[in-house]
Parts: sequence; C-alpha cells; structure tokens
Amino acid sequence: MSATVETSPVAAAPRATPKRRRTGGFWRRVARHVMRDKLALLCTVILALIALSAIFAPWIAPADPYKTSMMRRLLPPLSPGYILGTDELGRDMLSRLLYGGRVSLAMGISPVILATLIGGALGVTAGYFGRHVNMAIMRVVDVFYAFPSVLLAVAMAGVLGAGLFNSLISLTLVFIPPIARVAEAVTTQVRNQDYVEAARATGASAPRIIVQHVLANVTGPIMTYASSLVSIAIIISSGLSFLGLGAAPPIADWGLMLNTLRQAIYVAPINAVLPGVMIFAASVSFNLLSDSLRTAMDVRA
Amino acid sequence: MTDTHPSDTDPRDRGGPRQPILSVRDLKKYFPLRGPLGTINAHVQAVDGVSFDVMKGETLGVVGESGCGKSTTARLLMRLIEPDAGSVVLDGDPIGHGGITLRELRRNMQMVFQDSYASLNPRHTATEEISFGLRVHGIPAAKAREQALSSLRLVGLDPTLFADRYPHEMSGGQRQRVNVARGIALNPRLLILDESVSALDKSVQAQVLNLLAELKQRLNLTYIFISHDLNVVHHVSDRVLVMYLGKVVELGPVDRIYRAAAHPYTRALFASRLSMNPALRVEAVPLSGDPPNPVRPPSGCRFRTRCAMAEAICAAAEPMLSSVADAHQAACHAVIPGSGHSQAEALAHAA
Amino acid sequence: MHLYILRRLLYTVPIIIGVTIVCFSFIHLAPGDPISAVLPENASTELMEEIKAAYGLDKPLPIQYLKWLMHVAGGDFGTSIMTRRSVVSEVLPAVGKTALLAITAITISFALGITLGLLAGFSDRRVTDRSITAFAVVGISVPHYWLGMVLVVIFAVQFQALPATGMGPAGTHVWDFGWKDLSHLVLPALTLAMIPTGVLARSVRAMVAEVRRQEFVQTLKGKGLRRPRIFLHIVKNAAPPILAIMGLQFAQLLGGSILVETVFAWPGTGFLLNAAIATRDLPLLQGTVIVLATFFVLTNLAVDILQTAIDPRVRRT
Repeated sequence: MSATVETSPVAAAPRATPKRRRTGGFWRRVARHVMRDKLALLCTVILALIALSAIFAPWIAPADPYKTSMMRRLLPPLSPGYILGTDELGRDMLSRLLYGGRVSLAMGISPVILATLIGGALGVTAGYFGRHVNMAIMRVVDVFYAFPSVLLAVAMAGVLGAGLFNSLISLTLVFIPPIARVAEAVTTQVRNQDYVEAARATGASAPRIIVQHVLANVTGPIMTYASSLVSIAIIISSGLSFLGLGAAPPIADWGLMLNTLRQAIYVAPINAVLPGVMIFAASVSFNLLSDSLRTAMDVRA
Repeated sequence: MTDTHPSDTDPRDRGGPRQPILSVRDLKKYFPLRGPLGTINAHVQAVDGVSFDVMKGETLGVVGESGCGKSTTARLLMRLIEPDAGSVVLDGDPIGHGGITLRELRRNMQMVFQDSYASLNPRHTATEEISFGLRVHGIPAAKAREQALSSLRLVGLDPTLFADRYPHEMSGGQRQRVNVARGIALNPRLLILDESVSALDKSVQAQVLNLLAELKQRLNLTYIFISHDLNVVHHVSDRVLVMYLGKVVELGPVDRIYRAAAHPYTRALFASRLSMNPALRVEAVPLSGDPPNPVRPPSGCRFRTRCAMAEAICAAAEPMLSSVADAHQAACHAVIPGSGHSQAEALAHAA
Repeated sequence: MHLYILRRLLYTVPIIIGVTIVCFSFIHLAPGDPISAVLPENASTELMEEIKAAYGLDKPLPIQYLKWLMHVAGGDFGTSIMTRRSVVSEVLPAVGKTALLAITAITISFALGITLGLLAGFSDRRVTDRSITAFAVVGISVPHYWLGMVLVVIFAVQFQALPATGMGPAGTHVWDFGWKDLSHLVLPALTLAMIPTGVLARSVRAMVAEVRRQEFVQTLKGKGLRRPRIFLHIVKNAAPPILAIMGLQFAQLLGGSILVETVFAWPGTGFLLNAAIATRDLPLLQGTVIVLATFFVLTNLAVDILQTAIDPRVRRT
C-alpha cells in the first residue's frame, strides 16, 4: 500500500487534499483501451461496414438478390452491371453478399448471446451455490462438453432437421458448455472473496448478492470469453448452411452460397470462393476485436 | 478502551448490563477432508466445543496461533458457515427456533475482515458498498445513501472526497475505514474485528485502533477483537480468550492473562512476545515438538505433546475449562485442584 | 498421482454414459415418431417388428435406453437404413480414414505450428513476429471449408497439380503410400491442419515469450549459459502445456473434419454423417456420433494423464 500518510481519525481529511482523478467507469476504460488499438479499430470499422450494409441492403444493393436469370449465369466479376458477377442462377453476387450478411451475422451472433445468457446463468448458479448444485449442473454441462463442437452442431442440426431455427438451437447448445464452465470458474473465485462474505454477513439473500456483487465482477470475464466465440460461431453456422443444414434456398446466406456455388468451382472459381471472403472477414474481425478486448480487461487490474 | 461502559441508556438493551450480549455454548465445526476419490476420509476439528460469554461494552481479545480456529469461530458466530453443533444466544435471544432470525442477528452483529482490499467489491464505490447492507434491511435508496455518508463521516473519511471512490482509488487505511463504516452502518451492537488492523502499517494501525476506541464509546459497541498481535490485544482488550487447536484453553481479565497466565500454552505464547526484537514478535511459538495434526489431535489435553509439564493424566483425560481465580479460567490439569496432576492442589475435602 | 489417474478414469465413466444418453435421445428428438425415424420408408412388417423389439419402443424410456445401451456396449449399433449393413461395419472403416486424415493434419500442424511459434517467440525482429502472428490469426479465423475450396481452385483448377476430391485408389485398395494415394491426402490434410497450426503457433509464441520473461531464464542468462542451453530449459517448461493443446486439437479434428471431408469428398466419418443426415439414417448417425465422441473423450483422458505424468506441477493429489 502506498499511502502511509493517513488522515487523522474523525477530524476529516482535507489537509492533504488528494487530486480527485476521475478514472470513469470500468467499461468506459475498456472501451477507451480498445479504441486506442489501431487493429481493433480497423476490425470495428470492417464489422460496422458489413453490418450496416446488411441492414441497409435493400437501399444499397444494386439488384434484387432473388431475381434469377438463366441467360446471365455465372458471369465473372467486373461484368457490366454485375460488379461481382452472378451466381449459378444468374443472381447478382454483390446484392446476395450484402443481403447474406443479415442471416450470416445474425446466425453467428445470436447463438452466442443465447448461450451466454443460459450458460452464464447455469455457471453462476453452479459457482455461487457450489456443492451439490454445482455437481448437478456441471456434470450435465461436462457431458455436452464431451462432444467435439462441430460434431455436436452437425449431429444436432442433422437430427432436428434443416432450418435456421434448428441450427440456432444446435449452435446455442454447442456454446452453452464452454461458457458455463468459464462462468462457473470465475464465479467460484469471486464467491470466495471476502466482499461476498461481507455481503452475506449483512443478511442479504443469495439472489441479491448474485445480482449486486457477483454479476458485476463476473460479466467482464464471461463476456470477453463469449466474444471470442463469435468468430467460431460464424464459421460453424455458415458451415451448417454449407452442409445444407441451415438456411434453405433461395435465402441469401454466405454459407449456403458457398454450398450452391461449389458445383461451379471449375467454371467460375472466383464466384465460388467469394462468399467465403465475407465469412473470413467477419470471423477475423471478431477474433481480433475479442483479443483486444481481453488485453483491455487485463490492463485494468 | 479498558473502561467498560454500562449500557443502561441503550434502548436496544434487553437483558440489562449483567446479561452477556453473546453467549456461546459448545460450538463445533468439523471440516470434512476429501480423498482423491471424493470420499470423506477424515475431519479437521477446526472448532471443537468452544464456550464463552461476551459482556456488554467490553472488548474480548481472542489470541492463538494461526490455524487454532479463531477465524472459524468468528465465521461461525456470523453464521457465514453453519456450525455442526452448539448454540449462540444474543442478549437472551437464541438464534432460530423461536428466537431471533438470522437477519436480526446480522443486524446486531457485524464483522470487519483482515484484507481491506479483498473485502470491498472492486466495482462498488464506498457509498455503494456501505449502503448495500442498509438496502438489504429495507432502507430506501436515498436514505441509505445519506446514512452511508454519515457512516463515512463517523470513520473520519470526508464524504465529499471519498463517497464515490472505488477501492483501488484508496489507501489500505482508508479502505479499512470504509470496511469499518460498512460494519457500523447497520448500527450493530457487536462488532467482530477479525485481524482487522493486522495488515496495516504500524502508524496507520494506531490510527484505526484509536478510531475503533472512539466509535466504541460513541456507538455503545462491544468488540470481539481477533488478532495474533499480542501487544495490540493487550492494549485494546478487557478480557482475553486463548485458543489452541480448536479449543479454549484460557480465558480471563487482560491483566491476569498477561501477568499471571495459568495455562502453559499461554505462557509459551507470551514468551515469544517478550523479545525486544520486533522481527521475532511473530506467531511462531518457541515450543518444542511438532504442532499436532488437527485431524487426529492428541488424546486428553491437546497441548500435552508440546507441554513441558505433561503427565499421564494429561493423556488420559481432557482438562475442562475451570476457574483458577476470580473470573479467570484455564483448561490445564496442573491448575485444576484434584485433577491428579502432581502440581495440582489436592482437593481440600477429598473423601 | 496414481489416485488422481484413477479418479480421472472413474470420472470418465459417467461422461461416456451421458454421451450415450444424448445419442440415445436423438431418435426421440427427431421429428416424427421414433419408429419411422429408424425405419426405411418401405419397411416390411417383419423389419418393423424386429426394430420395435430391438429398441423396445413400447417400453418406458429408461428401459428403452438400458436395452439400447446393452446392445451398444456389445458393439451392436443397429443396422444402417441406407445400406442395410450393420452400423459398425460402416463406421469403423470410416473412422480409419478420418484418423488417417487427422493424424496427417496434426503432424503437419505440429511441425509447422511449433516451428512458427518458436520463430516468432525467439525472433527479435518485429517483422517476423508480426507476420507469424498474423498468419496464426488467419489460421484460427479462416472458415476451413472455404480454405479447402480456395486450395482446390488454386491447386486443382488452376495448376491441376493435385486431385480435387476423393481418396483416390486407396478408397478401393490398401493404402500404399504411393504418390497416387498421397496426392489425394495433401489438400484435405493441409486444410485441416490450418486451425491447429494457428492455435499451436500462437500458444508456443506466447509460452516462449512468457518463459523468457521468467526469472529463472534471466538467472540462466546471468550465469552465462549459452543460447542453446537456455532454449532447452525453455522447451522443458513449455512442453507439457503444448502437448495438452495438441491433444485437444487432435481430438477436435477427429470430430471436426466433417466440413472438410465434405469439400473433398473424403470417405471418412464426416462423409458418413452427411450421408446419414441426408437419408435420415438415424442408427448410422447415432453410431458415428457415439464412436467419435468416445474417441474425443478418450483422447482428452489420455492427454490429461500424460500431462500429469510429465509435468510435476500438475501433480494433483
């Protein structure tokens, strides 16, 4: 402890008035740190561009993403009127890629959000109450953790049947166990801190302590970890569509586009590979952003 | 803070000054030890049949080596861990079973921990931290904040400077003041100070001790003061309780304990303090022999394996805490008349 | 330590039972009633009765499960609807082919990932470190099925140097390590190696940096130890966690090769799963998932035990 100069008791303190430096809230400090990281800033810009162009696709897309044309199938990029060419049914690639961001991003982000809520709740409950509650919850979680993630997603989606909703369920199920494990670990750590004991000593109920003392200290680590899963979620969810288990034709979705264009890989290799560039860009950006977030969280300590 | 204050003016008082504020009887806590396969292999007898009274307005010092059960006792009193057996009576009211609720117990009894940093939520400002307990007990937010600010003032922290500070923006002493403020915010009658000043620098320690003495007068508090620092305990306590391996071995007025300790363990403990070298004034007791395993404590008297006066009777029977003088008790066969120990007086009217 | 291993072994049993429960629930999770879920559409009445009896579908769920579990424990995963052959005879060869792919991939990524990681960790040149780190990030974030397609476009379509799909002659005869066989392995193995390479390179780099900062390395330097000796010390400290990461990655590859196998039409478990899903062949799906998940659990177990054995610090009692 640095301060050996103590204010005298009762007779208050203003004698060595310490400079009141406003450090701001925790999250503001983290945000500031992330924004100072140039790479993270670039990723934010890329993601914002992808997201905005997906949201505003109806206004910026040059063509109708669902209008087929047998005459103009698989036009190479930079063809007149079709900047990125056309797909196997003659639909404008650029428009489909812009629209595709809607499903692909939503399917990448929403399972992680759902899994964070469910897995976080499970993990915090297990960690806070410990003992038998912990055993009961974590053993079930461990069972689902015992499947390779891609296998579990594919098998579940395969069993439930193709479709976006089923693939959302499968992906959520895949991400609950790892998040629950992280949540359990950090909660157990926080739970044994003296300040939680002190809160218990006031006579506060468990829900109250969890909400006011535990959550504030575990959401950071849990969310940092969850953010690192978004990149994987985008890859796996597009992968499900690529296998024909996610979005159904003719929906514009990057994974599904990869699937249908795969047949044309010899004829129009560039077109076939284009949707993957979008998946890749989104995934890399999320990955780097989450890295930056993690360092930012570490710095505060 | 040696002058005990009769609490005749305190409206919270129920049983009168003669009734102990806290009566602890036969408190027990055994922690299970699990083997690698998750089976319970043995128990650590952390607290084993501890009984004592705390009188209104006094400061009861609790001393002993680390691991003797001091902190476990504190946590048991606060019911932060459930006791396996024993009863706690607060000013005539038992806890539960028709007595007062756990909530009421905790409003009357608060605790200040050793680690000033770990015991404050890093995401709460001083005011938030202090008002949390008040909110728990149903005080509306605005009023809780107001009371929190006055608690801050009471512990000598200017609210305009400290109200919105986070723990990492304060020094160790300031943080511990916030902890004390949180402890007194609920207007408790009893404050357990578990090594509360041990981690502070000497000069800061003295200031916090002065603050505690002043608060005690002003708020009509009773303290249980747990510490391994015998000098501090001597300075603040009215009575002293000595623990060894989960048991009370001696209990008495501070001057008796410090001048004429009856138990050989207490004497050994104080022998270490007499050193003029401050570096030697630590918890280590200059005793011969290994400290016994709390899982399988020695039969009879638990101290006998390290005691120079041990005899056959010490292994055969456990010495009860018995009166050796006015208000002074010890659990040693050598001072219990008629125990059979060679140094004990024979019973005057032995049949 | 032996007790720890025993405990770890015992702990694996409920996990595997849990895995079988999840797999068992597949036939009840599937849309439609469980009988038609496990039967071909044009099933004869005898086959229907046979299946009903085998699954005990008229009995309460726990009995059904136990009955099914007995069969599974005896190596009987039922009959594939698609091929009418026993599921085991379909799954085992496929597992072999997936394992070939996964082992090749993990070997490549081991060599590549560790080399790159060490290079980045020890290099005092910013450029080397930066570019390797960037490569690792790409490796982790790239959708590997897409990478497979890109490699096909480059090496099969553009240069026509390597076959785009299939396992080549090895699909029909014994693997002989001739170029014909190997050439089919190159692209899928490289694709599959990408993620573990990225993970390993990153971890090795981080670990080297970490160990280099530690006091004992500074002490060794102070003692005037030469670089190679210091290197040896660092390797000794970094080996156990690296090994663990590799094991976990290998386990993930076994189950995660589905997408890559689809791209390259590699006739392994992924291919089998795809076919099972496409034809709604639930017994085949169940069998494949159980076998893969069990492999996954056992690999993790092996990694844990090995790590306990070689790393004195993890000696949990």
